[in-house]
Amino acid sequence: MWQDHLTEIIIFTVLFLLVSAMGFIAARWRAPKDINHLDEWGLGGRSFGGWITWFLVGGDLYTAYTFVAVPALLFGAGAAGFFAVPYTIIIYPLVFLVLVRLWSVSHRHGFVTPADFVRKRFDSPTLALIIAITGIVATMPYIALQLVGIEAVLKTMGVTGESTIARHLPIIIAFAILAAYTYQSGLRAPALIAFVKDTLIYIVILVAIIYLPYKLGGWGSIFDAADAKFDASPSPNDGITLNANNQLQYITLALGSALALFLYPHSLTGVLASRSRDVIKRNMSALPAYSLLLGLIALLGYAAIAAGVTPLPGATEGTVDNNTVVPLLFEQQFPSWFAGIAFAAIGIGALVPAAIMSIAAANLFTRNIYKEYLRKDATAAQEANVSKITSLVVKIGAVACIVFLDPQFSIDLQLIGGVIILQTLPAVALGLYTRWFHRGALVAGWAAGMGLGMWMLYQIPNPATKRAHFGGSAFPLEKFGFEGSTRTIYVGLVAVVVNLLVAAIVTLILRAAKVAEGIDGTEQDDYFADEGDPRLVPSPRESAEVAGEPTEPAPKV
Amino acid sequence: MSDSETPATPAAEVVSRSRAKDHSPWNWLLFLPIVVPLITPLFNTDSPRLFGFPVFYWLQLAFILLGVGTTTVVYQMTKKRG
Repeated sequence: MWQDHLTEIIIFTVLFLLVSAMGFIAARWRAPKDINHLDEWGLGGRSFGGWITWFLVGGDLYTAYTFVAVPALLFGAGAAGFFAVPYTIIIYPLVFLVLVRLWSVSHRHGFVTPADFVRKRFDSPTLALIIAITGIVATMPYIALQLVGIEAVLKTMGVTGESTIARHLPIIIAFAILAAYTYQSGLRAPALIAFVKDTLIYIVILVAIIYLPYKLGGWGSIFDAADAKFDASPSPNDGITLNANNQLQYITLALGSALALFLYPHSLTGVLASRSRDVIKRNMSALPAYSLLLGLIALLGYAAIAAGVTPLPGATEGTVDNNTVVPLLFEQQFPSWFAGIAFAAIGIGALVPAAIMSIAAANLFTRNIYKEYLRKDATAAQEANVSKITSLVVKIGAVACIVFLDPQFSIDLQLIGGVIILQTLPAVALGLYTRWFHRGALVAGWAAGMGLGMWMLYQIPNPATKRAHFGGSAFPLEKFGFEGSTRTIYVGLVAVVVNLLVAAIVTLILRAAKVAEGIDGTEQDDYFADEGDPRLVPSPRESAEVAGEPTEPAPKV
Repeated sequence: MSDSETPATPAAEVVSRSRAKDHSPWNWLLFLPIVVPLITPLFNTDSPRLFGFPVFYWLQLAFILLGVGTTTVVYQMTKKRG
């Protein structure tokens, strides 16, 4: 019962209220002249330097769900769950190479979303709409999953109730507060809160990785305990190293996830909010500190095995909720005040990405649906206003997903989300390098990739949860006709390869048929533009205020 | 790949200025931390252990340093001087 967890609940609540206050104060932090502009509300004025970017992007990419779900994967399946480490290593060189180009072209043209770029580059509002909708659909369940992270903590603290509403009341309140300060402060709120969140997480993990092995007999015996558990289990695919069946899945999942992560609208929001190319490039050397953190957190799944943690029951009868293993480990091994801090770190860890994701989704709606189709002459202030309201709607949707649907539904959707966001790769990432693809072909490739991805996901059963469809992202090669093969491969990567092939073939066909390609609104030089660039394509507000001072070191005022 | 881009017509005088700005050969170094962490035969064993960590874990964690090292080198070698 919750009375046994009073210390934890008090510390959790106090820290939660502290960051909520910070979220509201953030509106005045680095205060702009006018927050009623989408650049200010949705991108923090595009002015963040090295430190803020580090905390913001780190807080954005490494979500509460990651911190709960990755160790849960290691707890359940072993080495296969460690893909999170190579995945977060290869993402940074990719960003270094590719996303700085997107930053430059966005800086020059005032793009707020990846779909803005696609629209200008390929002269196609339809393609931009597809990119925007894909981004929104992929982001929504990701926001809902942040609630799963908070719920794992609340469950461990015994905060549960009989009725649906009583059980979910704490997260409804938490999200209402989050919605209110995001509405008021925009991207500045998660940027400021990220400082607290990451400091707490770093402290908790440093203590955990020193103290837990000390209590559990050293890392050697922790790994041995995990090894013994997997040896005893009947499943052929677990173990503390990979086997012949899941190596291909490990590689394709790590690569596919890295490609997907930097296509997610919320990652781009973090990147576009930084001040210069230099800030981004330097951060790519500093952000891997979080990967180290994630790797160590992942190993807490093994520590939980060594400590003999039994996960709490899941939402349906007879299942277990592996996401509770890390909270339970803290609960059992640490004094309650420290467990309270750890829980607060996870809880607050959910707020930062949830805020950024809802801002990113709201920006997509505003720029690529509202302004494109509903109100073409919207002013900057109207854009900011629509984004603010949309961010509220997005959060209400996420809460509704968790309260009224089985949380498993959000997990499935997030799995699908990774596959579908990958289908924007040809238009967004390759589009930064080449305009060779025809806009019509990119739509065709997207449709092919989506169709194949959905079909493959539908075919995957999960024996552990007794489900026939959408049971995971590891597709058995056997179903492609490789008789007797026991290997599996990540759905997203297969789908995006087919997407590229279709896009290439259709490009050749459309070009042969001389179908109009539209006009590229960007120039070669746009992809290298840096801060202080005198050739910014001015938005109405800037032409009024900044036009006289193009040599100002800050990129925008 | 960028050669296939249609060169822009207006502002031609400034286009040449920063052409090739991120075409440094140093960028190729970044493929190292993209490819190496994906070669599972390199690290898919238990022994030799380091501080109790099987190779699978300590070597992959060490690849983080490879990533940090290469991005730092490439950044230093390609950043604007002055």
